[in-house]
Amino acid sequence: MRRTLFESLHRGTMTEPAPPRDAETAALVAELDRAALRRLGRSLAIRAVDAGSCNGCELEIIALGNVLYDLERFGLKLVASPRHADVLLVTGPMTRNMSAATRLAYEAMPAPKFVVAVGDCGRDGGVFAASPHCLGGTASVLPVTLTIPGCPPTPAALLRGLIGLLG
Amino acid sequence: MVDAAGWHATGAALASGERVLVALWAARDDAGARVHLATRRPNGSDLAVIALRAEDGSYPSIGRHHPGAILMERALQDASGLRAEGLPDPRPWLDHERDFAFLPAEGEGLHRIPVGPIHAGTIEPGHFRFTVNGETIVRLEARLGYTHKGTLGLMRGATPDAASRLAGRVSGDSTVAYAWAFARAVEAALGVVVPKRASVLRGVMAELERLANHAGDFGAICNDAGFPLINAHAGALRETILRQAEACFGHRLMMDRIVPGGVAADLAPASAASLLAELPSWRGRFERLVELYGKTASLQDRVVAAGRLAPDLARRLGCGGYVGRAAGQDFDARRDAPYPPYDRHAPDVPALAAGDVDARVRIRIAEIRASVALIGELLGDLPEGGIRASLPENGGEAFGCALVEGFRGDVFAAVRLRGAVVADAFLRDPSWFFWPALEAAIEGNIVADFPLCNKSFNAAYSGCDL
Repeated sequence: MRRTLFESLHRGTMTEPAPPRDAETAALVAELDRAALRRLGRSLAIRAVDAGSCNGCELEIIALGNVLYDLERFGLKLVASPRHADVLLVTGPMTRNMSAATRLAYEAMPAPKFVVAVGDCGRDGGVFAASPHCLGGTASVLPVTLTIPGCPPTPAALLRGLIGLLG
Repeated sequence: MVDAAGWHATGAALASGERVLVALWAARDDAGARVHLATRRPNGSDLAVIALRAEDGSYPSIGRHHPGAILMERALQDASGLRAEGLPDPRPWLDHERDFAFLPAEGEGLHRIPVGPIHAGTIEPGHFRFTVNGETIVRLEARLGYTHKGTLGLMRGATPDAASRLAGRVSGDSTVAYAWAFARAVEAALGVVVPKRASVLRGVMAELERLANHAGDFGAICNDAGFPLINAHAGALRETILRQAEACFGHRLMMDRIVPGGVAADLAPASAASLLAELPSWRGRFERLVELYGKTASLQDRVVAAGRLAPDLARRLGCGGYVGRAAGQDFDARRDAPYPPYDRHAPDVPALAAGDVDARVRIRIAEIRASVALIGELLGDLPEGGIRASLPENGGEAFGCALVEGFRGDVFAAVRLRGAVVADAFLRDPSWFFWPALEAAIEGNIVADFPLCNKSFNAAYSGCDL
């Protein structure tokens, strides 16, 4: 273990610079309610909720925590309880069976609070939009502030969107 | 098509261990509902499907003979309305509108801990009901169905290509395995021969998927044992693998790259060379972590003897994948029910008997080594030629099924085509047999070890919820 730790110290950081903002993300975040977001300062606590995803989006959200993306250096932190959260990060086509729990999680959050819909499923139900077992997109249940599309969105796309929330 | 006697005979063969349950599902045609039962021999040979007419909306329960079928029959009851006569546990599974009561556990000093469907971490939703005595878990019951999307219903009437996209989204972490299993079922139904180059590329994608998931889970298991150092390095390794997958095939998870008839993305010579050149460094980075895993006493203390699954129970449930192979079930579809390219490139398949968290980790470690070697072999034997055969016109009805070894275990796909569209399909995740195994293995462990044990099984939620 000492060898690994020692080498890690000498090699320097593996973390990469923040991804540059692209035109697509700039358009997505241009519409945001800056006044409300400013009240939260330069840090956001994020509660991720899987509302029926295939788990592809979860894999890429988890990847945000690896040493290359290192989400927390931007003041963005995934938290365990919605009561600690400023942002609800919702994936999946909003299955009927997850709609009640997703609503409860949102209601448990203190105001001001924001919802980010993740993935093509979060946007509009994606390939599952026609299913009678899905309500179709996060907006079918909650007011959505920002949508980050993709199937799944890459960690870089997720990071650009979430950094965009910070202004 | 069999009669009730043939149905019961297969049920008895499952109960005696002569055959292993692969899948149980239902379909409708003009003559009414049918129930299908797929089984195989324990050594992997002789994958066979029987069907029974479900008269009056019911069929004789297989779960009555063979507990491993109970969850599938509960799901079938909700999805198709077909009743399994004699099913020992008829409570709803996918249908959350109906009344549901958790199994009782009674005794002095017991209390219950409800967890979920939303968990503390970024994982899929499901409810766990623990009954505990002090710190010790007396009973765990998992209740799933939260991510039920009606995927199989959406596949009915879809073209094979559209249905393939749905198959690739049954469980995102296994998108390659699912797309491959579905494609092979379609190809079996239509008698399509896949170009050799496409088969080898499918193998490369499947091994990359296995590597990425095993690397990520190896780190995550260590993290759940309170050892984040391995997780940090394994997470970086996983990211390296996913970036290589994107460079080679145009998508980090390789979604929609396997299609009925072949593959949708060819591998450029420069990408193949770069992948081949990177393999030794992956192996080197990984071996450092394996050494750390084995030498860290505080980590070994957590994983050895935790969450032990008895080999006999693994056999009775029909557990495949790293869960089965860590508990004496020496089955791998790539070796035991081989399909191209594994007919020419059989992997080394590890098997252990301890059945604990450590054994499941060590199976993954051995599979990472085998996959790195296999990718090198496959790239060294990459034939030239086309990458996709066109599907022939299909006038009537055609049925096909296939078993593909995903990172988690064997994924089963069955499809019935009518004309140019899918009449019905079924996809069975390995996790159907992991969940009951986890419920049994966790008994007697402490609540604080649940995340560790759970991660070592890493059963899929969406994969079973469908």
